[in-house]
Amino acid sequence: MQERNSLLNKTKFNLKDITDNSVFSSFLSALLAIFLGLIFGFIVMLVAAPANALTGFRLIVLGGFRRIGDVFYFATPILMTGLSVGFAFKMGLFNIGASGQYTMGMFFALYVGFMWDLPDSIHWIVACIAGFIGGMLWGIIPGLFKALLNVNEVITSIMFNYIGMYLVDMLIQGNSVMYVSDKTRTRYLPAEVQIPSLGIPNSNVNLGIILAIIIGIILYIVLQKTIFGYELKATGYNRFASEYAGMKGKRNIIITMAIAGGLSGLGGAFAILAPSAIAGSSMTYEPINIIAANGFNGIAVALLGNAHPIGTIFSAVFISHIQRGGTLASLVGYKPEIIDVVIAVIIYFSAFSMIMNSAFIGFIKRHFGKGKKDFDDNMDNEIKEAE
Amino acid sequence: MVKVVDMGDYIIEMLNITKKFPGVVANDNITLKLKRGEIHALLGENGAGKSTLMSVLFGLYQPDSGEIRKNGQVVKINNPNDANALGIGMVHQHFKLVEIFTVLENIILGVEPSKMGFIQKNEARKKVMELSEKYGLRVDPDAYIEDITVGMQQRVEILKMLYRDNEILIFDEPTAVLTPQEIRELLQIMKGFAREGKSILFITHKLNEIMEVADRCTVLRKGKLIGTVNVKDTTKEELSRMMVGRDISFSVNKKEKKPGKVVLSVRNLNVVSKIHGKNVVKNVSFDVRAGEIVCIAGIDGNGQTEIVNAITGLEKPTSGKIMLNGHDITRASIRERSIRGMSHIPEDRHKHGLVLDYKLEENLVLQRYWQPEFQNRGFIKFDSVRKYAEKLIEKFDIRSGQGPVTIVRSMSGGNQQKAIIAREIDKDHDLLIAVQPTRGLDIGAIEYVHKQLVERRDAGKAVLLVSLELDEVMDISDRILVIYEGEIVGELNPKTTTMEELGLYMSGAKRDVVKEINDAGEE
Repeated sequence: MQERNSLLNKTKFNLKDITDNSVFSSFLSALLAIFLGLIFGFIVMLVAAPANALTGFRLIVLGGFRRIGDVFYFATPILMTGLSVGFAFKMGLFNIGASGQYTMGMFFALYVGFMWDLPDSIHWIVACIAGFIGGMLWGIIPGLFKALLNVNEVITSIMFNYIGMYLVDMLIQGNSVMYVSDKTRTRYLPAEVQIPSLGIPNSNVNLGIILAIIIGIILYIVLQKTIFGYELKATGYNRFASEYAGMKGKRNIIITMAIAGGLSGLGGAFAILAPSAIAGSSMTYEPINIIAANGFNGIAVALLGNAHPIGTIFSAVFISHIQRGGTLASLVGYKPEIIDVVIAVIIYFSAFSMIMNSAFIGFIKRHFGKGKKDFDDNMDNEIKEAE
Repeated sequence: MVKVVDMGDYIIEMLNITKKFPGVVANDNITLKLKRGEIHALLGENGAGKSTLMSVLFGLYQPDSGEIRKNGQVVKINNPNDANALGIGMVHQHFKLVEIFTVLENIILGVEPSKMGFIQKNEARKKVMELSEKYGLRVDPDAYIEDITVGMQQRVEILKMLYRDNEILIFDEPTAVLTPQEIRELLQIMKGFAREGKSILFITHKLNEIMEVADRCTVLRKGKLIGTVNVKDTTKEELSRMMVGRDISFSVNKKEKKPGKVVLSVRNLNVVSKIHGKNVVKNVSFDVRAGEIVCIAGIDGNGQTEIVNAITGLEKPTSGKIMLNGHDITRASIRERSIRGMSHIPEDRHKHGLVLDYKLEENLVLQRYWQPEFQNRGFIKFDSVRKYAEKLIEKFDIRSGQGPVTIVRSMSGGNQQKAIIAREIDKDHDLLIAVQPTRGLDIGAIEYVHKQLVERRDAGKAVLLVSLELDEVMDISDRILVIYEGEIVGELNPKTTTMEELGLYMSGAKRDVVKEINDAGEE
């Protein structure tokens, strides 16, 4: 009780400011999701192999710090797909097709890398732009269907995940310049097509992460400061009001999906054009009929980041951090699948972060600021009364 | 000023109720005594504390001080179930019905008669039909809620209370959603209840209804009890003075004005309903001139919404021609219509009029954010937006918690409407279309809206008003077009016509051969 009272005094004076701040509350809910996810993950590890649970858990949570370079390297593609999903989400669109766009981006980047003869200094840049265009094409199609025929973008973009993946696999297998059939992968890309490394030893981290973070900041500015962002968010909040205000909803849907697709495609380009720490090698694409996981991870990243571009930057780095820690936990005997389960649990909880947000804020208000909640209820009533 | 009539035999007494919320005293020492068998009106502006007081009675809030007595016994009402057990029932302003259930299922919801886990619907049906007949509450027990009219939904809500044998009935603004005929019917039903010995608390801000049915009236203002008066000893003027604290003019002050050139002209407009594919607007033609208020009057659902949607561009007409300032805008985009001088106060302010999760300032530029004043190469000039918002807030007296940065969702309905009106009136326009602009507003806000509309007219703008409120139609319009089943069935002059005549046209009982409008004014 003593404890609660002291907490009460601490929370009292500026409770309202804090709990009413939406940025703070979504940050808080993300933290809570992570916390609960970790606890559940720990329970899973306890059940799987109790003896090493503590060591393994510590590796998951802290292991990433030993491999900062890799954390940022693996964060790059999921940051891009996360930004893609989050951006579309601001418009009220659920871009579940990030995987297909990501794969198309990879293909376009690879194609430019192998098939086009360009000066070394700009080759990787052109390949990245090609990746953006590839993803854009794959994003624009569900956008067109949605805008012109009102077909739900979730359905089309899921189907385009498969269409994109099979198409790319087919095109790569049919191209002897790009594909080595006995190794079932693409050839190594020449070094000049690879994105410049940041030079952290034993890590592939490259300029891609810097570019991705800059893109995140640009998206934030677009959403907050521009007419396009104003229209986009207005449409996401209230489609009818945006129509009433004369905004071109259809055009905006197409543009939004094009940009979202492009971001995912760029993620694919960043992934496939990343430099390899081993000299003479590179990233390769394996046409083995599997949908790119980084697309779906992007959904989790966007959810945890509350679709906010800056939040997405942090959530991408965090999820990458946990994943790196997870691979370390295999050192103490945990199967990679268990690690996947733990990560999945964290991501799963992040999906509830908005629910937790309101539940948690409600909890704080109930226990430390009772009157405040009643007042809110009353305000709600007053609003109802006025209707 | 305070007159309290005391005569004993009170079924409910709320004594010295005080309910505080941080920063607000919602109910300050309020005493309300409800007599057995009376209709007791509770009058007050939005935010006066009516809802809070009723929430205390219904068990949704606990008062900070004061007590509630039933039949002289102190009772404690902790939740709506306690209220129900005491025989207190409430018809909420927003109905609480399950859309996909039938009328009967909704009525018995929560108190289903059952044997061994099986619902005994026949028993329930019998009781419901008896009640329905006894009080003239016509319902079809097997119709689904989603298929029946708002009026019938309300009767279902009333039957719910009766089915639970409630003897104290609270009606929260029951007439806000009804047509004039339905209102008359409801008021008769309420009188019937009172004759039966049931006691009614009637929350409203329509003074005519109070004068018609209520025995006594308690007036609240800003959380304080202003007084309880016998309705037959008072006047509308006195009640409104008590409610608002100043004199309210009922008749709108309107100068004679000669209409100018044609601003809006609609010719042979036909609109097909999106819902059932039938023509809901049939060959409608009319003009609106500069400096006049033309009102489309009719019972809800006779095609008014579709006419407005076709004019504003929210819906595509099947045929016909719409001209604004001599330009054909039949197929123009909404933005083009806006640029050509159309302002629109929409019927549904939450659905169309506002982005509720945007700040007030962002909503105030919703029609203008793209203009050079507010943008520079695609970037919004937030400092200009702020300045503009502050100007409008002051000019139109929009009240909100945090000024320009208030999230609109948290504002009261009246102030939300003010924000829309401010935005649409301040925007450069020649034609103002206002659809039910006073719906759900209290009397002070209604006076304000009427004043603004008349001011627009006097400033030489054309005003097209769509309204369901007969008083409003008669008071402020210069010409009345009556619509019935998608057709204009008559054009009336409010100065020479009567309410009764207007009602006959609205119900389709009377119609003129609509005179061909002279097309000479067109280009």
